[in-house]
Parts: sequence; structure tokens; C-alpha cells
Amino acid sequence: MESTLTPRTAGEVRDAVAWAVSAREPLRVIGGGTKASVAPPIQTGHTLTLAGLSGIVAYEPEELVLTLKPGTPMAEVTAALDEANQMLAFEPPSFAPLLGSSGTATFGGTFGTNFAGPRRLTAGAVRDHMLGVEAVSGRGETFKAGGRVVKNVTGYDLARALAGSWGTLAVATLLTVKVLPRPETEATVVLDGLAAEAAVGAMAQAMGSSADVSGAAHLPADVAAIVPDAKGAATLLRLEGFGPSVASRRAMLEGLLKSHGPRLLEREASAALWPKVRDATPFVGTDGAVWRCSVAPTMGPRVAAALPTGSRVMFDWAGGLLLVETPAVGDAGAAALREAIRRAGGGHATLLRAPPAVRAAVPTFQPTATGIAALAGRLRQAFDPEGILNPGQLGR
Amino acid sequence: MSSLAMPAPEAATLARRAEIVAALRAIVPGEGTVDHETGMRPYETDGLTAYRQMPFVVVLPETVEQVAAVLRYCHENNIRVVPRGAGTSLSGGALPLADAVLLSMMRFNRILDIDFDNRTATVQPGVTNLAVTQAVAHAGFYYAPDPSSQIACSIGGNVAENSGGVHCLKYGLTTNNVLGLEVVTIEGEVLRFGGKHLDQEGYDWLAFMVGSEGLLGVVTEVTVRILRSPETARAVLIGFPDAEDAGRCVAAIIAAGIIPGGMEMMDRPAIHAAEDFVHAGYPRDVDALLIVELDGPQVEVDHLLGEVERIGRAHGATHCRVSESEEERATFWAGRKAAFPAVGRISPDYMCMDGTIPRRELPTVLKRMAELSQKHGLRVANVFHAGDGNLHPLILFDANEPGELDRAEAFGADILRLCVEVGGCLTGEHGVGVEKRDLMDAMFSEDDLKQQQRVKCAFDAGHLLNPGKVFPTLHRCAELGRMHVHHGQLPFPDIPRF
Ligand SMILES: Cc1cc2nc3c(=O)[nH]c(=O)nc-3n(C[C@H](O)[C@H](O)[C@H](O)COP(=O)(O)OP(=O)(O)OC[C@H]3O[C@@H](n4cnc5c(N)ncnc54)[C@H](O)[C@@H]3O)c2cc1C
Repeated sequence: MESTLTPRTAGEVRDAVAWAVSAREPLRVIGGGTKASVAPPIQTGHTLTLAGLSGIVAYEPEELVLTLKPGTPMAEVTAALDEANQMLAFEPPSFAPLLGSSGTATFGGTFGTNFAGPRRLTAGAVRDHMLGVEAVSGRGETFKAGGRVVKNVTGYDLARALAGSWGTLAVATLLTVKVLPRPETEATVVLDGLAAEAAVGAMAQAMGSSADVSGAAHLPADVAAIVPDAKGAATLLRLEGFGPSVASRRAMLEGLLKSHGPRLLEREASAALWPKVRDATPFVGTDGAVWRCSVAPTMGPRVAAALPTGSRVMFDWAGGLLLVETPAVGDAGAAALREAIRRAGGGHATLLRAPPAVRAAVPTFQPTATGIAALAGRLRQAFDPEGILNPGQLGR
Repeated sequence: MSSLAMPAPEAATLARRAEIVAALRAIVPGEGTVDHETGMRPYETDGLTAYRQMPFVVVLPETVEQVAAVLRYCHENNIRVVPRGAGTSLSGGALPLADAVLLSMMRFNRILDIDFDNRTATVQPGVTNLAVTQAVAHAGFYYAPDPSSQIACSIGGNVAENSGGVHCLKYGLTTNNVLGLEVVTIEGEVLRFGGKHLDQEGYDWLAFMVGSEGLLGVVTEVTVRILRSPETARAVLIGFPDAEDAGRCVAAIIAAGIIPGGMEMMDRPAIHAAEDFVHAGYPRDVDALLIVELDGPQVEVDHLLGEVERIGRAHGATHCRVSESEEERATFWAGRKAAFPAVGRISPDYMCMDGTIPRRELPTVLKRMAELSQKHGLRVANVFHAGDGNLHPLILFDANEPGELDRAEAFGADILRLCVEVGGCLTGEHGVGVEKRDLMDAMFSEDDLKQQQRVKCAFDAGHLLNPGKVFPTLHRCAELGRMHVHHGQLPFPDIPRF
């Protein structure tokens, strides 16, 4: 039997999961399916899509709180927030073009992957903004955790903990997220022509200053074409906030980094550039495999140096986030990359995009240490003892 | 607090005390294992002093190996363990049990690594919150979450309680500032979660651990993010004849896109108590006082102060004073920071509550709290993290008056139920502990609590770590794991077509 289940209520989600439990039929759980190609394919004929469970349930700009159903398209979320001059501070990427996927990105998918963009460096990831969740566990039972207020330590922090679990523990049916005012204006200070090591040094200097930088990326020459008037590599430092504040911090930063010959991208140019960093635009439509890696910022260049020849890398998060394109042959650099990360004191490399041959040979996620893998197995038991929800999706 | 039921002591453990003490002493020798009454007395309570219990034995390990060996021994011998930091918990999280090893982490007091380039500090859990900031201040950095207890409380305790402070409105709670943890499980296994990098792949162990109140594992190392101190900070006092206007002013500031470094509110009784105590220059003829602090570059702070003042006036403020020096700013805060002891001066005893409400409900909640105060015949003073809706009502009572303690507890429970009723929660930052344990069902269903306890089972299937805290009813893990499956039955046959 093959089927697509499209529940329209939380009760129908519960019924669907309860049915799957009783029939011992695993479910492939998706939001809009835009990131479905990232995780390993699941051997099942049954897909549970949350597209039918859509819509903003409550939005109170003055409380900085938004409650919505998981299938709500990200475009709808952004539009509603725009109207009140607010935003999701974690700057969620739109990876659909990168992954070559059609479909509509949903908030549920953003929650399930915990992928955040450039502002993550200072504002936190998706999980940092999660306040409450209602969900159906793999046991087919409804439960809630957290609430609708920003400060809440009542019970385990499951709303945060379920973020990034790729739908393997529970199916969220209602989510509450903290939102923030959108900055009045922005500008980007650009340093041209730095090598990666020097760039990471300059970014550390900027992050350690009181300039309150909200984005720090370094684009080596082979990915710098997205930067207006690029002359070789470009190191980008974004300032956001009230007009007078941005002007003063910009002057402070230009003074601090004078020896690197800083230049400025004004508001429009800055606003047009950062989404391209966020979405790894230089790698859209190419043949290479694409990785998303997180390491300690100062370790970024060292890890990049271990990549196979023919690789290209964008550094975000002051050097700590590496968006990498490697030639899609063999293991696409997996072994070298993951070993370099281990030597760099830890972190992880997620394989975002790869042709099937590479996917078959390379685990999507960084293999976990034994003790943690055992704990993860027990956690899975706690939520989904029969292995109904996205089995194998997180590599176990 | 006679009504507080704790798990019945295990007779088998009690009977083997001498043997257990000897075994623990073999792991943590000398003064690291304390079994005499005078030595154990300081551990008999925490910041929630109404509850007291002598520990079974106190152990103060100094190394991760010792922690692992103690936990392994306890696990093998089915002995309960209560982890403890500085013992400032206001919810009784570190309250001992008669048959439990009290594991004090205060000898883990070293700062291990400071990395300015990656903006991290790695410290042992017994380091105090303030000591982290002190260790990085020379380079112009600080650790943002700043509970009022910061001179005393430990980072390990902060992690366990997900503690907050005045600056959390802008800079996040403990959970938003922790990057890595080393944790020893009840089986004695040492696990490392996260590190100096951002975000974890796979399950978010940091999210499970932070705020888990010592029930999931013992924290032996913490990596936090440190921030560059803002260039400047200034505060403004805004007084309102009407508390409702103060509430609306807070909403308007946020609606204007301003997230202040701190935004605190006090009601009339709290203002008077604080003013009498520290002479902070608070106006006495107002019903509510806001302290709004702006931080950042000088021009930003000046610009926003103007905005905030304008919004305050537009909302009926009768008093507005901006700090003109660092000293004056400190004085503004001194009153707020001394609010608890100040209230302690006007009442023999007080009880500090900690609920969160949606900000818009503040006028309603203050009004209903006044009614509850009448009903229970006890006074209440309010301090309030207004920016994030976290309310600290201080209930005034006299424990020596028969029945007053019980009335204060009943009043407190009513306030917390009210918080939940208006869409808030039982605790914003102090934790559930034993204090709010039996109110959990005001907020969560049986199924919600069972799912939380299944998480506990993944970490500690024998319920050995800090039992009796957080959960009103302890279910055995085997029972929680059982599934009730409708075998082969489709709940409704058309399911694949919805
Ligand atoms: C005057 C006063 C003001 C306060 N102000 C604030 C405030 O502004 N904001 C706020 O959030 N809190 C505040 N508190 C509450 C308290 O200080 C915090 O909850 C603090 O984080 C507790 O830290 P501690 O080291 O004292 O922990 P303890 O009280 O010793 O323990 C608290 C809990 O943590 C567990 N624990 C401790 N160490 C570890 C470890 N290493 N591993 C695992 N579990 C551990 C214990 O089992 C217990 O459940 C205040 C308390 C007082 C007395």
C-alpha cells in the first residue's frame, strides 16, 4: 500500500501516527519537502505531509510571540512579520534553489532542521527562539511542552530540544516562536583581498569590539563574485540597528580595521548581498557536492585547508560556518573533512547536496561518539519506540 | 510545608550507611566525604529555607574521575544522588533526601580556558557566575546572564536551572549562552555535548540538559559564550500613577522596535521598601516604577533614551529621570537589586514567587493579585522583569504566627495558577524543584508529564538522580515505556485519503 496522508488537524495527525504504529508502517514525515533530498531516503510507502496543517494561529507583535502550524509557508510567515516590522532573528536560509527542489519551504521544516543563517552568530539558531510546541510522539500520543511566554523553565525544554531532530522524535502540530523587531537599517563594511587566516583574524577583532557586528563572512576570490565590485576575496562585516547607531559603529569598525582598507556597502547593497551568503548562492546549479559544517571560528581556515582540490568554500559565522562545495566524486571529501573537524576540536559536517552515488557512500550526518549514540537510541525509544517517524533519517 | 511528600527512603540504603560511607570515602578521601552532623548541617537546605532535610552523606569530589566513580557506585548500589552547586536555588532543587548522597560540585572551581578569538570561556561548574565575568573583564568582555544571586550561585546551578537575569531580555537566558557541556551520567559515563562551535547536529543535548534541574546528569564542565561589554549603558527611571499605564508603556517601547538591555518594574509596596532601605531616589508617589536600561554605542543610547522618555510621557509618566553618571545608574539599580532584602526588612518572612505572564495581562494580574492578597490576608510586593513578563511577587508573612506559612503557600499557589490561567507559566527562571512540583498539573496534562518523564528514563531509568523534584508523580520507566496499540485496527478506514 502506498499513500500520502495529509492531515488537517492535530487530531488527524495523532490518528495517522496511531494507525502507523498499529500497522507497523513507518512514516516519512515532511513539511514542504524542500529539504527532503538532504536526509537519507526512508524505505516506506507512506508519507505524512504537514502541508494541510497550515496557518498563523496567533501573532502578537507587542508580545514578540508568534504561534503557527507547522505547514505554514515561510513566505507567509515573513509577510506577516514584515507588516509589523519584525523578523525571525535567526535568518532562516532558503536552500530550495541550492538543493534544486521545488515545493514550498514551511516553518515546520525550518524547525525540524534547525538551519539558521548569518545572524545566528549573535542572535542564535532556530532552537534559541522556540518557546513552545504541541506534538504527536511516535507513540501516537499528543503532548505539549513550553508555552507562549519568552521566559519559562517549567519542565524540560522540549520545544528547543525537538528543533533539529528531523522529525524523528515527534510530529509538531503547533509551534510558538519568539520574534524580534527588524533593524531600522543596515550597512556592510567590506575588506578586500584577505587570505582566510587573516580574514578570520579581522573578523575576530570585529566580533571582539563593541561594534555589535550581526554578520561576519569571508568569501575567497572564487566565490566573491556575489559581492559588488569584488577585488579578489571579500570579508564582510554587517552592522544593523538604528540609523545613528549604525553610522557610529561603522566609523568605529573602519577605524579598527583601517590597515585592511575597509569600504562600505550601503543599505540596499548590503541587504541584497547577505541572502546570497545565507543561501550559498555561488553553489546554486553547479555539479559539486555541498556541505554545511560548523567548527570553532578560528578553526575554519584549517578545516578548509583539508578539502580536496577543486573545492570552494564560503566562511560565515566569523569563520565557524563553512559552506563547502567539493567535487562530487568518491566520498566528496567526507573522510578528510570529518577528520579535519575532529582534529579542530569538534563540530560537524552535514552533506546538504550530493548525487545518489555519493549519498550511497557517505552518511549525511557526522557519525556520533559511541556513548552519545547509545543515549540517542534510548531517547528515540522514549519518543518513538516502534521507529515509526522518519526511521534512519538521522543516521540511526 | 508539612504537606511536602518526598520519595520514601530506601530502607536497604539506610541500613548500609557505614559501608556506603566507607566506599565513598575510598573514592573521595579525607574531607571530601562528610558524614558527621555538624559537617552536613550547611547542606540541609538551599535558598528555599522552609524545607530542611539532613543529607545521608555529603561528597565533594574534585575530579571528573571521582564524580564518575561515585555515580557508578551509586548506580550499582541503587543509591539516590542529589547534585548541588552553591545551594541558592529558590525552588528547593538541591533539597537533600534522607537516603541520598549529596554531591556538592563546589570544589570544581577552576576556570579552564578563556578564548577571546572564539569568544568562549570554559569553566568548571562550581565557578560562580560573577567569577566568569571577572575572569574576562580585563579584556572588556563579560558573561551576559546575570541572576541577582551572581556573586554566590554556580555556573553548574545556572545550567541546571536555566537561570536568567536582568540582561536576559536582550542577551538570552543561560540556554542561549551555553555552547558545550561535559556531563557524567548516572552510570558513570562521561559525555561531551557541543563545544566551541555553534549548534549540534543530531539531537540537541544542550537543550535537554539546560534547565533539567539535576535530574538528567551531573555537569562537570561548561563552555559559555562571552560578549564584548557594551560601550556605554544608561538607565532611566519612569514613574506612573497608574500601573496599567506602565504596562502599556512597556509594550509601546517594544512595539517601537527597542529591546532595552534591561526593563524592570516595581509596584508601590516594592518601591517604598526599596527606597526606605537604599535611598535610590525612587519617587514615592507613583503606583509603578520602570527602570529601563539602554546599552550600546553612546549615540545609540542617547537616541533611544530620548525615544523611551517620549514614549513614557505619552503614556502618562509623571516622573522621568535619566542617569547622568555611572554612579547614578548604579544607584538606580541598587534599589531594584536590594528589593528582596528590602522586603525582608519590613516583614519577618517573605516568599518569592516566579511566574511568567504575557505582558498584556499585567494589569489584570496585578488587580487579581490584590484581590488574592485580601482573600488570604497577606501583603504582597511585586518586582517584575517587565520586558519578558517574568513576575516576582514577594508574599509577606510571619512564620511564627500559626497558620501564616500555610496561608502564604496557598496564596503563592493561587498566584501561579493565575499566571497559567492568563496564558503564562509556573516558573520563569527559578525552576520547579519541590516548590512548584505539585502544581505541574495546572499547566501540563498527564500525557505531557509522562512524555517528559520518558526523557528522564532515557538518561536515568532508575530515577536515582534528584528524585522527588519537578514531577508530582514518579512513574516507573517500564510502565512509561508500555505501548497501548490497537492491533491492526485502523482508527478510521479512510485515513490515507485525508
Ligand atoms: C537572593 C537570590 C536571588 C536570586 N536571583 C535569581 C535571578 O535573578 N535569576 C535566577 O534565575 N535565579 C535567581 N536565584 C535562584 C538561584 O540563584 C539560581 O537558580 C542558581 O542558578 C542556582 O545555582 P546554585 O549553584 O546555587 O545551584 P543549587 O541551588 O545548588 O542547585 C540548583 C539545582 O541545580 C542542580 N545542580 C547544581 N549543580 C549541578 C551540577 N553541576 N550538575 C547537575 N546539576 C546541578 C541541583 O541539583 C539543583 O536541582 C536567586 C537566588 C537567591 C537566593
